[in-house]
This record gives sequence, structure tokens and C-alpha cells, in this order.
Amino acid sequence: MEKKEHIISILVHNKPDVLARIAGTLGGKGYNIESLSVNSTMQYEISKIVMTTFGTQETVTRIENQLQRLVDVIQVDDLTNVESIHREMILVRLNLTTDKKEQIKKAVDTNKWKVIVSADTYIILEITGDQSQIDFALAKLTPLGIADITRTGIIALNLEN
Amino acid sequence: MKLKGTQILLKALEEENVEIIFGYPGGAVLDIYDQLFKNNTKHILVRHEQGAVHAADGYARATGKVGVCLVTSGPGATNTVTGIATANMDSIPLVVFTGQVPTGLIGNDAFQECDITGITRPCTKHNFLVRSIDDLAVTIKEAFDIARSGRPGPVLIDLPKNVMAAQTEYDPANVKIRNYEAPYRPAPKKMANLLEMLMAAKSPLIMTGGGVILGKASDQLTRLARKYQIPVTGTLMGLGSFPGSDPLWMGMLGMHGTYYANMAISHCDLLLAIGVRFDDRVTGTIETFAANAKIVQIDVDPSSINKNVAVDLPIIGDTTAVLNDLLKFLDEHNYTYEAGERKEWLDQIAEWKEKVPLTYCQNGKVIKPQFVIETLHKLTKGDVIITTEVGQHQMWTAQFFTFDKPNTLITSGGLGTMGFGLPAAIGVKCAFPDKQVVDIAGDGSIQMNIQELATAAQYKINVKIVLLNNEFLGMPRQWQELFYEKRYSHTDMTYAPDFVKLAEAFGVVGLRATKPEEVEAVLKEGLALDKPVLMDFRVSREEGVYPMVHPGDSIANMSLGSREMIN
Repeated sequence: MEKKEHIISILVHNKPDVLARIAGTLGGKGYNIESLSVNSTMQYEISKIVMTTFGTQETVTRIENQLQRLVDVIQVDDLTNVESIHREMILVRLNLTTDKKEQIKKAVDTNKWKVIVSADTYIILEITGDQSQIDFALAKLTPLGIADITRTGIIALNLEN
Repeated sequence: MKLKGTQILLKALEEENVEIIFGYPGGAVLDIYDQLFKNNTKHILVRHEQGAVHAADGYARATGKVGVCLVTSGPGATNTVTGIATANMDSIPLVVFTGQVPTGLIGNDAFQECDITGITRPCTKHNFLVRSIDDLAVTIKEAFDIARSGRPGPVLIDLPKNVMAAQTEYDPANVKIRNYEAPYRPAPKKMANLLEMLMAAKSPLIMTGGGVILGKASDQLTRLARKYQIPVTGTLMGLGSFPGSDPLWMGMLGMHGTYYANMAISHCDLLLAIGVRFDDRVTGTIETFAANAKIVQIDVDPSSINKNVAVDLPIIGDTTAVLNDLLKFLDEHNYTYEAGERKEWLDQIAEWKEKVPLTYCQNGKVIKPQFVIETLHKLTKGDVIITTEVGQHQMWTAQFFTFDKPNTLITSGGLGTMGFGLPAAIGVKCAFPDKQVVDIAGDGSIQMNIQELATAAQYKINVKIVLLNNEFLGMPRQWQELFYEKRYSHTDMTYAPDFVKLAEAFGVVGLRATKPEEVEAVLKEGLALDKPVLMDFRVSREEGVYPMVHPGDSIANMSLGSREMIN
């Protein structure tokens, strides 16, 4: 069966250990978490976890069933099989002290990247997009010399309920 | 009224109708033990925390209630891990209370501190660290609910010392918990599908497992099988869920299953798998397991479905509810089987039974272990609760003891924990003091929790130990014989204590039989005594468990042992 990336959205009770339980359930059964994003929902006592994992539909169904067994898990949805939008964000610091300064300024203008901090010696960019857009941006940023970068996990939302 | 944490704990246990606690004191739980003393709560002092968990587990398996134990922090808590994992693998409802250092010291590597909720996260159904006295009552209530609902399992509650010393208002009527598992009822369409499959089937077979016993569905299962003349095989955990003396019973399937059960699995065209999870010891190679059959799986736990074996019709639900629905549905739709076809199938099974029955050869001067088990059954007429340790003696018990009722075989199936049987028997006997409770043991396993003889002697818990002593770690030895050219690497247990003297040292009666003609007399004497008794049967050293499916092989491909054994 075809292996592909699956985006799983999990509603959980916002309790100590809940992330450890989820990570442990997957890790203990040999499944890897490729990306992860967690925060509370509009209700503080309920959190949403969005994670991606790589596997066949069969494997992912097994993961969903295992997660569903956890006492603190309220709901598990595989967003891969429904229409949904996906976003990631990166924060990138580029040094302006190199000979690439002019190149960097030009690239920021051309790509309409959002500069959130601008100092004499460096700038910090904030870029959001789906996975391919982020990968595209990274391909352009790499030759400019990335001083540091942070990439979030994927967040996703289905289009309809 | 304001109560201390220790008082709330004991009141909450009363609310849950807890009759007995198995435990072991220590620094972090001395306040709780002081309260036990004041309340005169029934508590059994074991000699090792692992024994406390196995005893609570045995109590839970025999009664269907939640077993409870109480231990201290640090090593007390870590000693429970094997017991908890044992209960978790077999879905046994337990609540394990562990002491913890005061909340202010957690994380400081305090004396006898360990992160027991972290350690037991993968082997409990759920666990809690109670951080505030206000959470205590609700946590206990939730823990019992989680332990016994849906697919049952062990729950651990970690109790920091300062939380138990704090005070708060307590009124059991105000303790409200959320509902964890909505009762699940299968759609009527599933029943219609199942009826169609039954009508199309020429050679249906039922495979019963621990879920039938845990779900208290033995009556429904028995009615289904008898009414529609469907033969039944079972997993180790399923023994007793269908009467072993019924002609439709085919014995256990799998690695040490009967020839006829494994042949039936391989030839049936419809398999009703009820409360089973298709362990690898049961299926052999997955590709050849029930290869000619449509498979229906009924289980309360969705994560057990399609885990190891792909099934054609999954039905998720409580086994009793689903079987009641099914019986009603079949009745309403006037399902009848085709008598000629069914006879052909049952005749085929009878032929397999006759061709290779379960057998052994009790000749010569050496006691055969199977003979001891059969004699035990004969003398007790099966009116006994059996516990076992793990190994050859466990498989011989499954093969040669007839279990007619559920909850009468108490054995560690999933985890296969040596040292389980004696403490489990103590727990069972505490629940049923008037019932004969026998631990069928091996000489390796019994030494793993032998200290619990002191517990039995202290409280006059009159369990009987039938020790099948072959001076080997028999099961690994058998594998070494078959797969390692008889290189018996570290399985020879000839250097062992004199078990009769050892029993006596603990204040337990010790008896011994060395010849076949002594077996019955020793069993009779041991069973009749109103005392804990250890009976040391010196059995044939290199007897093997047969039939045997080699690991990784198809279960249709059995090795049957030497000719002498099957003559």
C-alpha cells in the first residue's frame, strides 16, 4: 500500500503528560512524528494537536485507534482524506555583515518577504505558507546564508465540518 | 466536614466497595498505613510489591471486580511494574496506589523518589499524579471507572505524602466524573451481514478469547454454539469461556494448541473470533492463518481490530451486548443451518480428534507432568480455581485440565510472567476462601515469588501448590532441544532448594512424590489439609509440550513429538 504523509488533528484534554502519552504511544509502537504543533483551543481546558506522520493508510488507521484509546484524547481526525488547508511558518535570521547584503535586500523586495526585525547587522523574516511554499522559500534563502532558522510544525484546518 | 487525604482515600475505597488491599508499607505511605490501622481495613501484607500486584490481579480475574494494591514510593513503586504490565497485557482491572515524595521535592532526586507515572505510562491504561488534595476524591473515582470500563486495565495513582496529609471537604455525593466510554452498539446492518455469512458457511468455527470472560459473555457464547452446532476453539485466555467437557469444544489453538483445533482453523470457511486479539502465539504465520475463512471479529476495543489479522467483518462492542443482539437477530430471522453440511463438518473434526488426540504416555517409573494434572482434575472434579506460573506446566495445564467455567483459569497470557501463580492464587483465595485454589507451578517460576509462602502462612491463606519439578527451565530447554541441538545453555536448575524443607521453613506443609503410584495419594493428602501446602512432584526431566508449531510456521504444520507420546 502507498506510503504518504498524513496530517492528524487530535483534540485532547489540556493536562500534564498528555503530549508525553501521545508521543509515547506512537514512539512505543515504532511510529515517527514528522511534525508537531500544539496549543489550547478557544476552551483553555481543551488543546489541539496537529501532527504529521508518514505511513500507509492501514498504519495511520492503527495509529488513530491507538490514540483513541488514550483517556485524555477526545477526538482524532485524519485531515489527509478531507479537503483541508495547511500552513507552516519559518522565522529566519540573515546576517547583513557579509558581501551578500545587497542580494538579500533585493530578494526580500522581489519575494515580498515580511521583515519583522530590521537591525544594522541582521534582519529577521517571517514567512508562512504550505509545505511547498516554505520549501521554495528555503531554496531561495539558502544561498543568501541563513544565520538561524526556526520552522513550526504543520497546522491544518478542514474546509467544512 | 474536612477530612485528611488519608481518610478520603479510605472513604473513597469504601464507596468503590473495595473489600481488600494487597500492599507493603514504606516511608511515603506511613500516614496511609496509620489510617488503615485506625480503620481496621482488610489488608494483606505481601513480601514483595510484585506479589501485591499479582495478588490483586488474581483477585480481579477470579471475581471480575477491580483489584487494589498499595505500595510506597521509589523501589516500592518500581517493584510493581512487572505486575502492572502483566495486568495490562491481559486487560485486568486494577487500581495501584503508590506513595510519592512531597510535591515540593518531586524532581529533586529525593530519597525513594522515582517518576512512576512516567515509568508506567506505556503499561497502564491510564495513570495519575495527584498534585492537590482537592483532586484526590475525583481522581480515585475516575481511576476505578477507567479500570473497569470498556477494555479493562490497570490504573496507577501516585500519592505525594503532603497531599495525603492535607485536608479538604469530602462528600461522596459531590464527586462527579466525566463519562469515558460511551456504550457502543453495532448497527443492525452488521447483524444482517453476519447472518448472510453464516448462511453461506459450510464449516463455521468459533474462536473464543479473554474478552468473552472479561465481558461476562460465556452464557451467550455457549448458547450460540450449542443452538447452531458451531464447534469452538479458544485462546489460552479464553479457556473456561465455553465448557471444556462439551463435545463441541476443541481445546486451545495455536503454538501448543490441539491438532484438531489448528486443523479446524486452517479448514474452516467462517471464523467467528470473539474477544481475541490474534496474538502471534495463536496465529502462527499470519498469511496461512484461517486462510480459507471469512473472519468476523467481535471486540470492545477498536484498536484490536485489523491489528494483526485483516478481518472481513469487524463488530466493535461489548461481547455480551453483541452476542445478545446476534442471538436475537438470528432467532428473529429464523436462521437454521443446513444439517447435512454441518454434520459433514463435525464428522471431519471428529476424525481429526480421533487421528491425533491430546495424549502422553505414563509408563515406567517416572512421573509424567500431564498425569499429575489429569489426576488433579479427577480428584477435584474440576471444582477448583487454577492459577499457573509460566512455561511448560502452564501449557500442559491448558491442554490437560478441563475448564468448564469462566474465571477458573488464572494465568498470565500476554506478558507470560513467571512468578505470577503463587501470589495470584493468594489473591484468588482471599476472594473465595471456601474454594479450592491450586497454583500449578514449575520449579523455575515458583522460585521467582517463593517469598509469598510467608504471606500464605501468616494469614492462613490455604492455597495449594502443585509443583511440577523437572529441574529445568523447561520451555527454554525444549526450544534448545529443538532449535539449538540440545545445548542446554543455563536452563539446568538441578541446583535448587529442597522444596519440602523450604515450605516447612515458611510454615507451609511440604509433600513430595517421586513415583507415579504416589501421585494420587500426595494430591489427596495435600488437597484435604486445611493449610497451605506445597506438593513437590519430581517429574520426567525432558518431557516436551506437544503438539508444537515451530515459531514463524503455519499452525497447520505441527510437530507431534515422539511416537511414544502419541501412540
